[in-house]
Amino acid sequence: MSDIPDSSTAPTRTVDGIHYHQHDIVIVGAGGAGMRAAIQAGAGASTAVISKLYPTRSHTGAAQGGMAAALANVEDDNWEWHTFDTVKGGDYLVDQDAAEILAKEAITAVLELENMGLPFNRTPEGKIDQRRFGGHTSEHGKAPVRRACYAADRTGHMILQTLFQNCVKLGINFFNEFYVLDLIMTEVDGEKRPAGVVAYELSTGELHVFQGKAVIFATGGFGKIYKTTSNAHTLTGDGVGIIWRKGLPLEDMEFFQFHPTGLAGLGILLSEAARGEGAILRNSEGERFMERYAPTIKDLAPRDIIARCMRTEIREGRGAGPNKDYLYLDITHLSPEVIDAKLPDITEFARTYLGVEPYTEPVPVLPTAHYAMGGIPTNVKAEVLADNTTVVPGLYAAGECACVSVHGSNRLGTNSLLDINVFGKRAGDNAVEYVKTADFVPLPDDAADFVKGLIDQVRGATGTERIATLRKELQDSMDDNAQVFRTEETLTAVTEKIEELRERFLNISVQDKGKRFNTDLLEAIELGFLLDLAEVVVYSALSRQESRGGHFREDFPKRDDEKWLVHTMAYLTGDAHSADAGDHIKLDTKPVVITNYQPMERKY
Amino acid sequence: MSTVLEERPAAADAIQKFTATMMIRRFDPDTDTEPRWQEFSVEMLPTDRVLDALHQIKWEQDGSLTFRRSCAHGVCGSDAMRINGRNRLACKTLMKDLDISKPVYVEAIKGLPLEKDLVVDMEPFFASYREVQPFLQSSSKPDKERLQSAEQRARFDDTTKCILCAACTSSCPVFWTDGQYFGPAAIVNAHRFIFDSRDEASEVRLDILNDKEGVWRCRTTFNCTEACPRGIQVTQAIAEVKAAVLRGHA
Repeated sequence: MSDIPDSSTAPTRTVDGIHYHQHDIVIVGAGGAGMRAAIQAGAGASTAVISKLYPTRSHTGAAQGGMAAALANVEDDNWEWHTFDTVKGGDYLVDQDAAEILAKEAITAVLELENMGLPFNRTPEGKIDQRRFGGHTSEHGKAPVRRACYAADRTGHMILQTLFQNCVKLGINFFNEFYVLDLIMTEVDGEKRPAGVVAYELSTGELHVFQGKAVIFATGGFGKIYKTTSNAHTLTGDGVGIIWRKGLPLEDMEFFQFHPTGLAGLGILLSEAARGEGAILRNSEGERFMERYAPTIKDLAPRDIIARCMRTEIREGRGAGPNKDYLYLDITHLSPEVIDAKLPDITEFARTYLGVEPYTEPVPVLPTAHYAMGGIPTNVKAEVLADNTTVVPGLYAAGECACVSVHGSNRLGTNSLLDINVFGKRAGDNAVEYVKTADFVPLPDDAADFVKGLIDQVRGATGTERIATLRKELQDSMDDNAQVFRTEETLTAVTEKIEELRERFLNISVQDKGKRFNTDLLEAIELGFLLDLAEVVVYSALSRQESRGGHFREDFPKRDDEKWLVHTMAYLTGDAHSADAGDHIKLDTKPVVITNYQPMERKY
Repeated sequence: MSTVLEERPAAADAIQKFTATMMIRRFDPDTDTEPRWQEFSVEMLPTDRVLDALHQIKWEQDGSLTFRRSCAHGVCGSDAMRINGRNRLACKTLMKDLDISKPVYVEAIKGLPLEKDLVVDMEPFFASYREVQPFLQSSSKPDKERLQSAEQRARFDDTTKCILCAACTSSCPVFWTDGQYFGPAAIVNAHRFIFDSRDEASEVRLDILNDKEGVWRCRTTFNCTEACPRGIQVTQAIAEVKAAVLRGHA
């Protein structure tokens, strides 16, 4: 290991136009998890952070409401209650050992961010202020508790900026607008280990091979498999897709979270913090309908439950608007001063994009695809798993791309900003430990060949299908068939659609043939990942014949603990382009870690 | 299944579409010696943003049109561009708010090296940002959080909103003629720490900004304040830093 962290971004050598770099730790992704890992890694080892975007463009910055930690700054609270809420919120599919770590280490994680400079809102005593959030309660569900640490409704922005600022302070090496397209795995003494990654430099079109002793994936989610989503255009699941194509498993992919309050028709997120501050969901009759469904915590029920209730209200004819197809988020009873101090951004979104004045008018909202609970399976050390128990030495994952699983079948609001900090840090720390004794795994001579072939093939594509058309058809079909409510019939319909789109994907056209900033090429490659991941989501959803958390099967409306209190593990076993998903996806199960909390009926 | 139709939001389909003309300043470094204007026609809905117009062109007419974008709702700072001569985020500018009886002119932000179409090299911008030491510096290592009153926190709230989109810096006439000038965004990010009660390095930053390429280059033209998509009072922040430089402390 280097004595002094390498501060150079220059390649060590260039062969046949391909640039080679060597760093102890290679981090893919520069959102919250990637940069939190980098702060640990950069202090102890030569580190490179490779990101498709400039770090501050990452979607962590769009998170709004808060980060949970039982600081008990404003009322009685403790991490054990937080653990319980997380387990119950996830409909008991949460690995309870991991949830305990999440809740315990939350407290340090928030204090560390404050120490790094994060400008939290403050209590009158000058401590970090806290607010209510969905599913977070005191005494195991008795009443909502103020647990979310926040900075207005731009907590994610502040976290992203603070982590970036600290990376600048530490002189972390960033490779911005480098698009990682392959993970190089080499067999050493009978076990597969990462040797590095291959990246495509957007500004030049050149390829870079990053050799690393340890590789950390922190590439975020894949909400763009859906049409209506709070996710950025760039959230196309590239990292998760790379892992999948390497034959490593993906866990619990059927569980996708639909956030209740997206701006109707647009999907732009309006934070749950609004309801934490007292906002009320109403139907066309002005009724506070959540009182009927969750009498104890009402509008602060977890997201999966509220999203289903909203869909039910619409189905039963109580939707608002000319087509009775949305609901209202009402904050008109809050004073403009409170709104300006605590919810400034989301009120501006309503004004800008819908022309609605939230001081005086309720805001039209609908559930929007928001968060992947599933992803790359890891243990609590953030080490990636090759099966239910085998660790891939030197390979780590953290954040939305990973599945620890602290979110089970439904994540609680404010637990994702927490997840990226706790498990991002763990990934960084464990990678530093690992590289102290590990050697570089030799790069194969043909390390960049796969990516070179992929790029040449896509750039040269002269078919007749437009990328945007295929992507839109995928997203429309996913919204129509694999959203809040699912049945065998709808899931089969979208499976068939994906098969058709895969076929048509072979006949795409890429118009931009240039090398520099070829975003046409980029979108084509991204669509490939979206198709792969949508297929895994739908195939896993078809298999799970029960309803739990974010996965609701109308043909199997009850939770079935006897059969389905298990994680889903999906493996790519054959040619991804074979017509039938069953020919190339194998599903297995993995036990749920249960320590203190036996599954109970989930009522709020 | 019956949910499909009823889940469609109302807004879009019921309202009249309109046609707009987009004039985009194109530049392909491989083939063009100079940028050139190209005209496109797009079909828009009243809720559509300039970003939607650019996407429509890219996705349905010319795949080579190149621009950055990510979040599409004004928080990531990727898509600052000059729209009808004003720096704005394409994702925060609604087509209906522009005069669409005339062509809508879209070009890259000025003052940073043009790479391709609407994409500029952001490195000089981030280099200025890094120079002002944009990170908290404090010698104390408390076990818990540092205390800060709500008033102390409010003192620098405005400048914490910065998303580093470069709309301000690239709207500044001083920056256009003198690329060495730190520019408004770097000063805004210095302000964010200079006035943070927890920070101990204000004097260092004030010293950096007292440089000939520092705050004194500002001619208070207010372009930056008008350009900021986050509503930050940029010119005021610069004035506060100027006053602090004269005082020698925050």
